[in-house]
Order: sequence, then structure tokens, then C-alpha cells
Amino acid sequence: MIEFHDLHKGFAGKKVLQGMSLVVRDGETVVIIGYSGTGKSVALKHIVGLLHPDAGDVIVDGQAVSALDRGSLTALRQGIGYVFQFAALFDSMTVAENVALGLRKRGLDEDEIDERVREALAVVDLSGTGEQMPAELSGGMRKRVGIARAIALRPRYILYDEPTTGLDPVTSAVIDRLMVRTREHLGVTGIVVTHDMRSAYTVGDRIAMLYEGRIRQVGSVEEIRQTRDPVVRQFIEGRAE
Amino acid sequence: MIELIGRRSIATVEAAGRFGHFLMDMGRGLRDVGTWARLVVVQMRRIGVDSLPVALFIAAFTGVVLALQASYTFTGAVPLYFVGTLVGKTMMLELGPVLTGLALAGRVGASMAAELGTMKVTEQVDALETLAYDPQSYLVVPRVLAATVMFPVIVAFSIAVGIVTGWLTSLVLLDLSTPDFIKGLKLFYVVKDVWFGLLKSASFGFTIALVGCIVGLSTRGGAEGVGRATTRTVVYSAILILVLDAFWAVVLL
Repeated sequence: MIEFHDLHKGFAGKKVLQGMSLVVRDGETVVIIGYSGTGKSVALKHIVGLLHPDAGDVIVDGQAVSALDRGSLTALRQGIGYVFQFAALFDSMTVAENVALGLRKRGLDEDEIDERVREALAVVDLSGTGEQMPAELSGGMRKRVGIARAIALRPRYILYDEPTTGLDPVTSAVIDRLMVRTREHLGVTGIVVTHDMRSAYTVGDRIAMLYEGRIRQVGSVEEIRQTRDPVVRQFIEGRAE
Repeated sequence: MIELIGRRSIATVEAAGRFGHFLMDMGRGLRDVGTWARLVVVQMRRIGVDSLPVALFIAAFTGVVLALQASYTFTGAVPLYFVGTLVGKTMMLELGPVLTGLALAGRVGASMAAELGTMKVTEQVDALETLAYDPQSYLVVPRVLAATVMFPVIVAFSIAVGIVTGWLTSLVLLDLSTPDFIKGLKLFYVVKDVWFGLLKSASFGFTIALVGCIVGLSTRGGAEGVGRATTRTVVYSAILILVLDAFWAVVLL
């Protein structure tokens, strides 16, 4: 279980998160929606200790992330897959080496690493691209490699940061299907940060809207569709006013 | 005015704190031998072998110029075999390490800052962390160790090449015989000349790599930020090389 407890974070005097609280239960996928710049990715980065909160904390499986020492944080990260907004593939490595990197850190033998890399690339429909360099791939393919790198670790949690941003509608649908398939195959708990409502309705069990640094509303997909909160309504309908 | 001084003082103290923190993190990264041991060899090739042509090119022409300038200065007043003395001493003590250091601050330091800066702004450094790697042991330690070890090797070759081109210039253009050149070369030679130059170059390698890594990993702001980081690395490295050069001269000579 992942719990955000009254999380505060600011940068250079600008407050981004101002008391965000949210609970993500085991096995579910929660989608965090919100305007650009409201701190969705910032919240996600606190889960793996990439950012340190100004106040409050993120609790993962009962452990307060900001209080963990380096060794415990490393152990925690080994159970979490993180898919970055622009994939963040290592551009000096091939696709296969990108997927294998996290597995090497876990001390697996080369045969098992090869097997897991093949399997992960097959799940994202990229078999046969292992020897290609990231620069040779399209944006959608790069995102799928990012997902393969995360699922190859067989994590307990997967965090997706804007997985469909910048993609055409068909490729976005492919990524959505992939996220659903990943949850079904691995039974992982997921958090998806997005402002793509079609994606949110497809992959989420629950949807939470982050607004002005706090969770404005959280509920099932149907509850969010039927919401009467004017701020949430405006966002999900994509109205200018 | 007082506010400005205060702001600058706070910024300086903060920068010193960040530097100290970075060194402590690097010390922690050193313990993860399993991660950096494999990568240090790759960096040694990139820093050492790939930098050799530039360093040798500079050294070759430095040797030629040194011999000609020595002969021009000595004419009539000092025996010509002192050309060997000047070429040898200058290449070993000063120009070998410093010119190579300045050239490699551009080549190695800038390349490290650009590479790590790009990795930082494209979230590759964050990705490394989420894959449970420590960026210090994966990125910083291999680069700093490789530069510290390889700079003296490059400088040793540079010194040798500078002396050889100085000798060839003396032979062909100054009518100085080989025995006379060698006589001059040996005249005031002490072993300290060599280890002084090599120790100095190891400190230059350490500094250039450290500056490249620190500046690279603190890059912000996309392509423009990477450009600024690269320029800052070259400027800081060049300044620090000259400061270290004076420091070693005061301490060891």
C-alpha cells in the first residue's frame, strides 16, 4: 500500500504540493489527474525518494520513504518500476541493455537476464528490437521500452508518469492496453499520472484529481464521470471556462 | 550593497556545503566496487586512449617551439647544449602537465559535463536511481578514478614526445648533435622532475573529472543548461589547473 500523508513540497519559494493525502490500496490502479504544473510528477517522485518532502511523507508498505537510509531506499526501489514521461532510456545503450540494466543490479545470472529481457520486450510487442538504439525508435516505441524496463523487474508497484503524453490517439490506446495487460499479468499496484482523460478512464480503478497542491476529489471512474464538483467537471470535460 | 554581499556569502557557503556533500557521496560510492569496477575500464579507454592523439599533437609542437626559442635566447651567451636542459625540464615540470591539462579540460571535462548534463535533464540519472543504482558509483567514481589514473599516463607520453621533437628540431635546425642534446638533458635532471610532473597531472585529472561531474549533475534547463554546464566546466577546470599548478610549485619545489 502507498499512502501520501499531508505531503508538502515547494521549489524556490513556489509551493507545489500543499498537503496532498491519498491512499493507494494493493492491487488497484489509481490515476492522478490535474492541470500541468500542479505537482503530479512531483508527488510520484516522492514515492521512490527522488525528491525529499518539505513536510509530510509517503509511506510505502509501512515505511516512511524520507526516513529510509540509503540501503533501505535501494531495497524499496527494487520493488518499484518507474516509467518516465519521456522514457528516460539510456541513449548509449541498446534496447536490450536498457531493459537488462536493472536486472543486473539484482545479481541475476546472464541466462535469466536474457530470458526476462526477451519476455518483457514480447509483452510490449517489441520482440526483435533488442539490438536497436533508442534513437532509432519512435516516441511510442520508446515509451514501450520504458514499460518493458519497468516490468522486467517484476515489481510490486508500477508508477507511470504521463505515459501517453505526446502520442497520437492510436499509439496512446496501445499504451493504455499495455498498462491494463501489465496489471492483469503481474497483478501489480499502479499509479498513473496523466491529464489524458481517455487514458484515465481506460486504465484506472479510481481517479484522484490534484488541484492547488491537494487532492480535490477521489473516486471510482463512474463517480468521477458523474461528479458535480465544478473544478473536476471542467477538467474532465476539457472546457476552457 | 550589504544585501548583495550577504547573498553572495550565503551562496558561497552553500556551494562549499554542496561540494563537501558531493565528496562524501563519492566516498560512499567508492564502496560499491561491483558497480564501478567494470565501468572504470571503459572510462580509462575513453579518457586515456581517445585523448592521446590531441595530447601528443600539442606536445610535439611544444617540443619544437621550446628548442627553437631556447636556441634563440641562448645565442652567444649560453652553450647550445643547454637547449636539451630547457626542453627536458620545461616539458617535465611545466608544459607537459599544464598544456595537456588545459587541452583535456576542454576535451574530457566538457564531454563529461555535456554527457552527464544531458542525462540529468532527460531524467536518465533519475532512471538510474529508480533502478537501484547509485549515480555516484555508476557515473562519478569511474570517471574520477579513470581521469586520475590516466592523466599521468597521457602526460608521460606527452613529455616523451615533446623531448623527442625537441631533440629532432635541435638535430635538424640547430646543428646540435645528439650527444650534446643528451648531455644537456641529463645536466640538471633529478628523478623528482618526473614524479613532480606526473603527480601534478594526476591532481589535474582528478580535478577536471570532479568539476565535470559536479557541474554536469547539477545541470538544469534543457539544451541551454547543458551548454552552460559545458562552458562552466572548461572555465572552472582551467582556473583550478592554474591554481593547482602554483600550489604544487609552492609546496613541492
